[in-house]
Amino acid sequence: MSRSPSSAPPESSTSSGPPPPSTRGGHQPDAPSYFLFLWRAFRTAFDGRWPYYAWMTLLTICALIGANAWAHQVADGLVRTGMSDHVSWGFYIANFTFSVGLAAGAVMMVIPAYLYDDHEMHDVVIIGEMLAIAAIVWCLGFVIVDMGRPDRLWHMLPGLGRFNFPRSMLTWDVVVLSGYLVINLHITGYLLYMRFLGRRPAKRWYVPFVFVSIGWAVSVHAVTAFLYAGLGGRPFWNSALLAPRFIVTAFVAGPAFIIVLLEVLRRVSSYRIGLGPTRTLHQIMKVTVAANLFMFASEVFTSLYAGGAHASAVQYLLFGLHGKSGLVPWMWTAIVMNVASIIILLLPRSHQDGRLLAFACVLAFIGVWIEKGMGLIVPGFVPSTLHELVEYTPSWTEWRVSLGVAAAGLIVLTVALKIALAVLTGRVTIEGYVPSIRPPAPAREVAAE
Amino acid sequence: MDKLKRRSLKVLGASLGAGAFAVAMEPLRAFTAGLTLDQFLRSHFRELDPEELKDLLSRLEQEASEKIGRPVTMRADPPIEGVQFGYALNLSVCVGCRKCAEACHIENNHDRATNNSYIRVLEMDQGSLDLERGNADYDHPVPQPGKYYLPIQCQQCENPPCVKVCPVEATWKEPDGIVVVDYDWCIGCRYCEAACPYHARRFNWTAPVVPPAEVNTDQGYLSNRIRPQGVMEKCTFCLHRTRRGEMPACLEACPTGARVFGDLADENSPIRWVLANKRVFVLKEELGTRPRFFYFFDK
Repeated sequence: MSRSPSSAPPESSTSSGPPPPSTRGGHQPDAPSYFLFLWRAFRTAFDGRWPYYAWMTLLTICALIGANAWAHQVADGLVRTGMSDHVSWGFYIANFTFSVGLAAGAVMMVIPAYLYDDHEMHDVVIIGEMLAIAAIVWCLGFVIVDMGRPDRLWHMLPGLGRFNFPRSMLTWDVVVLSGYLVINLHITGYLLYMRFLGRRPAKRWYVPFVFVSIGWAVSVHAVTAFLYAGLGGRPFWNSALLAPRFIVTAFVAGPAFIIVLLEVLRRVSSYRIGLGPTRTLHQIMKVTVAANLFMFASEVFTSLYAGGAHASAVQYLLFGLHGKSGLVPWMWTAIVMNVASIIILLLPRSHQDGRLLAFACVLAFIGVWIEKGMGLIVPGFVPSTLHELVEYTPSWTEWRVSLGVAAAGLIVLTVALKIALAVLTGRVTIEGYVPSIRPPAPAREVAAE
Repeated sequence: MDKLKRRSLKVLGASLGAGAFAVAMEPLRAFTAGLTLDQFLRSHFRELDPEELKDLLSRLEQEASEKIGRPVTMRADPPIEGVQFGYALNLSVCVGCRKCAEACHIENNHDRATNNSYIRVLEMDQGSLDLERGNADYDHPVPQPGKYYLPIQCQQCENPPCVKVCPVEATWKEPDGIVVVDYDWCIGCRYCEAACPYHARRFNWTAPVVPPAEVNTDQGYLSNRIRPQGVMEKCTFCLHRTRRGEMPACLEACPTGARVFGDLADENSPIRWVLANKRVFVLKEELGTRPRFFYFFDK
């Protein structure tokens, strides 16, 4: 298919690009107008055409399935999972690790926009930051469902509990993740609120935070890597290459998700998204997918050629060990997907063919999800520290709970994007609120509440 | 009219959603029913003053006694001033009978169904210290020719990786060298289990079950009281016994006398004699954990 910015988004009958801020009078912010912003944002979240309702209903059902499975798990204990004292982290922590990468990778929109002053990127920066927010919801969700005692979460609160900072890397992770959430909420919230008021955002209120968020994104994922790399007793993780690998895979998964998301938004939203951002992200992925494959190969070579304790986990991962080979099909699927995706990304055709590019992104996304999820967490435990081979498969409960967490994050992402796009397209402003289905298109521009 | 219909549909949808959420979360009630506000708000063990500790112990004692219908003693013996516990094991005489693991199972009120124990015994090939060639699941008469046996439990490291990683300080090293867990503070993240190089830590994947008649009623707050669901536990060198001058259960059960336990700070202790006269080694010395559990061969 041909991809031009105007390629028939459902609502494109009316031009609804954002009006230039200067043409509006601009409102001085005051407390009531902020509440009005929140109220109209809230209304927007509950207003849409039937596909929106269908999508949200589906997500809600998935989230409820997950909530129910989790409630059973808390009542009966983690015995409902496939984990054991040998493989004591599994699917949840795998998904957590991947989600941190997604959160970090989402700022790949921000870096070109601000570091290289790419103006086309500026318009879609908010989308990347919304993804970062949703990804942090995934992170928090996957950590909480992995806890044996979620009722004791308050033991982690500094002041109330005993927060083992700075010794425990897990406390570092709590600090960087919550800081990252706050920064992204501030940037997106401020930019949208200013657009809502019809005012030009003041640089000093967001540009410094944008630069902090770029550095912070790297720290978020480096800290997560150090969580594993710092454990001397787990040779598979105890590698200096782990943090660089994490960053590179983050910059695969983040852009891959955003390219597909932009493609979807071009179809379901009237917000004009040019092809520039997709092109930039495509270029980034050409480098990161290849770099990731190289780093993986480098890890495999180092372990297998030298042999010894470092080799057995890699051997288990890629070829199976002593007849146990639970991860082998997963891992080879990931390798095939990553290789296929880099081949497609390098094909000139992928620059013209949006579907082909999206396909490559899906391959890379799933490839990294396997490699950095199950492919990273499980071999840390197989063989165990006493070299026992106990395998792990996620249980039905783990799949359902994970589905629920994924759905909860997608609800956050959908609602956040719904609000953002309504504000960016000028449908929700201080002056008025235009419901998305009525009144009919011609009367849409400015309508009173 | 249309607007009204739309609004009532929304209200209906929202109430349906809220109702479904309540139903989905219903199983949680089984968990919250067993959780009192007092338990929820309990302080960290090391923040209790002597009065609070006394109250807490007598309350736990009462609860535990009521549960099994027999009197339980619940103690929290403090470390003895100047004592540094250490353990040594003679690999030349260990026959791999796993009596130690069994004694641990009974002494420490382990879950019966999983046959849990803090000790794992590896059957090793003569001439190799490579754990990769060990087997913990042997099921045949012992000792086998060409094999020796390597029991592994918590090494009570000087530099314990498990303590370092705990996000809430639920596990720490006591002044006498024992690494303990406050079962009522642990959040169950299992980071310590990932960090331990010796497979010394265990998680309560579900609430442990011990038939009332089999419960060891001599219990310690930081050691062998029956653990709650969802928290970590580990070997404490039986501190409820050893801090009263008794020997750990695994040592008493050993039929070959392979185990030597004592005070590393006391020059005349048997363990100091072993360290001075045998060529001892520790497991995974290269990791810098500095274990207090030593192994040696006699011949």
